[in-house]
Amino acid sequence: MKITINWLKEHLDTNLNENQIIDKLTDVGLEVEGVESQSGELDNFLIAKILKAEKHPDADKLRVCDIDIGKDDPVKVVCGAQNAKEGLFTIYAPPGAVVPKNQIKLAVSKIRGVTSYGMLCSESELNLSNESDGIIELLPEKYNKKIGKNYFPKKSLNIIDISVTPNRADCLGVRGIARDLAAAGAGTLKNKKEKKLDKKNKQTVSVKIENEKNQACTSFGSCLITGVKNTESPEWLKEKIISLGQKPISAIVDITNYVMFDLNRPLHAYDVDKIDKGIIVRNSKKNETFEALDNKEYKLDNEMCVISDASGVLGLGGIIGGTRTGTELDTKNVLIESAYFSPRSIRKSSKKLNIDTDAKFRFERGIDPLSIEQGLERAANLIQEICGGIVSEFDIQKIEDVKKKSLKFNPSLFEKITGFNISKKEMIIILNNLGFETKEDKELLNITVPSWRPDIFQEVDLVEELVRIKGYDQIKMIEPEKVRNKPTLNLKQKLFHFLQRSIASKGYLEAITWSFTDSKINKLFIEDNKEVKIVNPISSDLDVLRSSIFSNLIIHFNNNLGRGFKDLLVFEIGPTFSGLQPGEQQTVAGGLRSGKLARQSWLEKERLVDVFDVKSDVIKSLVEAGYNKDKLYIDDETPSYYHPGKSGRIFLNKGKEKVVAFFGDIHPAILKKLHIKVEALVGFEMFLDNLKQPKKSLKDQKTQYKYSDFQKSERDFAFVLDRNFKVQELIEIISNVDKELVRSVKVFDVYEGTNIPEGKKSIALNVTIQSLEKTLIEDDLNKINQLIISAVESKTGAKIRS
Amino acid sequence: MLDIKKIKSEFILKLKENLNLNQVNQIKTDLFGKNGLISSQFKQLGKVAEEERKKFASDLNLAKEELQNLITKNIDSIEINEINQKLEKEKIDVTLPERPFVQGKIHPVSQVIDEISSIFSEIGFSVEEGPDIENEYNNFTALNTPDNHPARDMHDTFYLDEKKELLLRTHTSPVQIRTMLNDKPPFKIIAPGRTYRSDSDPTHTPMFHQVEGLHIDKNINMGHLKGCLNYFIKEFFEVDKIKMRFRPSHFPFTEPSAEVDIGYEIKDGKIIIGGGDKWLEVLGCGMVHPNVLKNVKVNPDEFQGYAFGIGIDRLAMLKYGINDLRAFFDCDYRWLNHFGFDPIDVPTNYRGLSR
Repeated sequence: MKITINWLKEHLDTNLNENQIIDKLTDVGLEVEGVESQSGELDNFLIAKILKAEKHPDADKLRVCDIDIGKDDPVKVVCGAQNAKEGLFTIYAPPGAVVPKNQIKLAVSKIRGVTSYGMLCSESELNLSNESDGIIELLPEKYNKKIGKNYFPKKSLNIIDISVTPNRADCLGVRGIARDLAAAGAGTLKNKKEKKLDKKNKQTVSVKIENEKNQACTSFGSCLITGVKNTESPEWLKEKIISLGQKPISAIVDITNYVMFDLNRPLHAYDVDKIDKGIIVRNSKKNETFEALDNKEYKLDNEMCVISDASGVLGLGGIIGGTRTGTELDTKNVLIESAYFSPRSIRKSSKKLNIDTDAKFRFERGIDPLSIEQGLERAANLIQEICGGIVSEFDIQKIEDVKKKSLKFNPSLFEKITGFNISKKEMIIILNNLGFETKEDKELLNITVPSWRPDIFQEVDLVEELVRIKGYDQIKMIEPEKVRNKPTLNLKQKLFHFLQRSIASKGYLEAITWSFTDSKINKLFIEDNKEVKIVNPISSDLDVLRSSIFSNLIIHFNNNLGRGFKDLLVFEIGPTFSGLQPGEQQTVAGGLRSGKLARQSWLEKERLVDVFDVKSDVIKSLVEAGYNKDKLYIDDETPSYYHPGKSGRIFLNKGKEKVVAFFGDIHPAILKKLHIKVEALVGFEMFLDNLKQPKKSLKDQKTQYKYSDFQKSERDFAFVLDRNFKVQELIEIISNVDKELVRSVKVFDVYEGTNIPEGKKSIALNVTIQSLEKTLIEDDLNKINQLIISAVESKTGAKIRS
Repeated sequence: MLDIKKIKSEFILKLKENLNLNQVNQIKTDLFGKNGLISSQFKQLGKVAEEERKKFASDLNLAKEELQNLITKNIDSIEINEINQKLEKEKIDVTLPERPFVQGKIHPVSQVIDEISSIFSEIGFSVEEGPDIENEYNNFTALNTPDNHPARDMHDTFYLDEKKELLLRTHTSPVQIRTMLNDKPPFKIIAPGRTYRSDSDPTHTPMFHQVEGLHIDKNINMGHLKGCLNYFIKEFFEVDKIKMRFRPSHFPFTEPSAEVDIGYEIKDGKIIIGGGDKWLEVLGCGMVHPNVLKNVKVNPDEFQGYAFGIGIDRLAMLKYGINDLRAFFDCDYRWLNHFGFDPIDVPTNYRGLSR
């Protein structure tokens, strides 16, 4: 909502200056979003007359014009407008002027060899309208004495832009704002007396509201003014309309707009002679059409509130009028509409048709239903004053009576909510100033809510009124108590934070990417998940929720490769989605790493990152998070986006309940599809929801401290076994030979080739044996060696290599 | 019987020469070997006349000791020399680069979430979460925003079904609803997380982060709200003093509602939080609307309290001087590396939030 201080002062007697008023507005909850100066920028635009317009010697579409700007000599301007012709009155912008539309500062310039001093303006360039076809044409009779004068009235006028919250419909008019300021002590609200209208005739246009189901119009007031002479608005009115950022059209239209912004009372003016018989307010039928004042044709749905006549729809009630009965300069007889439409219906219809107008914006927030006559009164007065004519009596049709809301207010609630106190007397004054009627009823106040406040329903709403007018700075600060009754994080949240930092500590950079992604890429990672589509995506390449943490990460990863990085480590921890119901999401930590280790190091031999690098990252993170490494169980069934031979999945134990992680090389086909050129790309996904809490808390584990000082012995073994036999099993078999004595099993060589039969492999292991109770003698060691060999041979078919 | 003195002086001279280890060992053998000069003297001891024996023995022992010391010293010095020579050969250029290492980083949004959690933890808030997909009821209706409410226009919502019943949450406020429906008052929670609005321009991204706060108990009033937020802002920006302004505003789910501005100034092109004459809006808050409490079966006559919502990304930008919001989600390796935090840098209240 834009206002000027001058306009505000028409409603408010105040001694405050502009800055004080701005502060006060903010204090009462009418946030000032900006103050723009209308002066200066527009001071340069002069009324001018084209004396001569000749074709540009070197361009067919350009004209070289001599412009009279009231100086001794005319100025030369090169102009591209087709309507630039001799004798035209228009607006001239000199070099140095800033064009309001594009903020370009004009300079003297040569256009195809001809020097041009400034330019002639179109309406769109001056932000007066969207009309960009040709330069402005001013009426000669009005402007011929004003050549060289400023087109825009000179004023040091600041436009104050207020962000009105959706609850404050009443502040979408200057008077409402003035009322709030007055209540907050910024002055007094002026009591404006309307001149008494001489209503000579009956309102002869028939108006009928169809009393049908879901009729949105509950009241329709009208006034007929006959014999008017529509004209351009007088200066004071034009100035107001321009200050709102709008373009003056004609007196009648400008007056309806003015009343809307002044009193927050939308009106509509019809050319009576174009109405077929009478006005019927009814619900639309499906597929009815009409042409609206925005020059668009709208096709209507069922149950939209329309103003119609015998020939069809004239306009959408409270939203937009139609072209068929619009007023023009030659309109003789006007009908002014002042009606009430239900916010819900306005909102529904305008959303469906995607129309946004000033009237719609107000009606959907709730217009004062009792302002119908006030609006007619004001508009009729102004029309008569400016356009003459004879005013009729007001015709008010209604299908529902307006009842003011009333409620009981317990003043003690104020202190309970705000923590400070004001006297009942002061409360009454504030409420009365805001238009509430109050009556004391013992401890309570009986309140009648003004009809312009659709946002007040209950006691707490009154508390807000009181505290915002009194000032939020009155609220006393209560220091918070430093007491904690509940742990800040639950175990799952702790795990999240722990893994996040644990993964980062392996060298990965944490990224945060959108939860939505491109369905084409997501498809590559979707597996059995359902695709979750967004009905109204922000762009077609962000059309689904991600099924995998890789869907976005891999694209960003590739962008970084494109930036010239080779050895990258990136991870993200966040949601992936498996369905469209709330909760059908998983928390996943996924990482990707590429390139080489020790690239171009003088010290070490460089090598490509591989599956065992990511395996180490994952397992180390799990161990750091408190999971027992010896219990982890790994197999090689992985989703299709991993390399089928170089990837694995991890379970917390052999029971294989839930997959806690995947790791491995990314499938080369994925790289090809996504045009990723990389020496090596490995990745992992950890599924936090599948990570059950370790059985023993760290606290409990610490109490079981056991160690042995007895001598430990190491023995090496080499077994030849089937190529496909998993080393994980081999280690398990050896460990199980004697869980007390076998302290660790290390794999130090894996060999296939010469001396090893086809389809077999040789695994060399180093086993550490140590007792908690004694130093083992040779006999003990031999015994356990034999046990290991026989266990492995019998359970795996392996042969010990001698 | 040789003259001990002669032997002694002769060998002392010998040992002063520049000898190698073998030569010293030869001398050692010559003197103290089985038939060494000194060893054999000891064998003669019995033959020495009784009256001279004592002196002889004493001289012999002295000579032995002196020579032995000299030999040990000699050997030591030779060995040290050899080691030194060896070390000299082993000398390398330690200014050569170390073995390569990689340093991971935590995203500034994650870091700031941890900072926020740490601050609110001190005053007894616990962390709650909610799903990113919400139903229309939790996101709007239960929060006193019925479907004809113009406030819904301020939330450009992503929908997941044509009926518009399922959506991506437009704010973290539905966590209030879930928390209160699942439990009994009092409530004292914060809920950080991802939020979504169909909005994309230089200062808006379709996904962003918010943290919700909710404190419901008996007799929690606007003074508590003011105190809590003042404490938070002061702690978060790690300044002693904060200039703060509560402004009336409107949110359907709070009444009275407020927006909070903090004072700042620009010094050398950088935003300084704490003083100054400019205001910056940082959050919205208010007393939880009685309708919301009724919707979650909390009796508004018995319980009341406040709620607030803070934009996390914006806080991160302000605190760490990040200019471009869109870069947060662009995953540029250089940006992540520059603005990210070391994983060891866990914000705590005893060590401080940031370094």
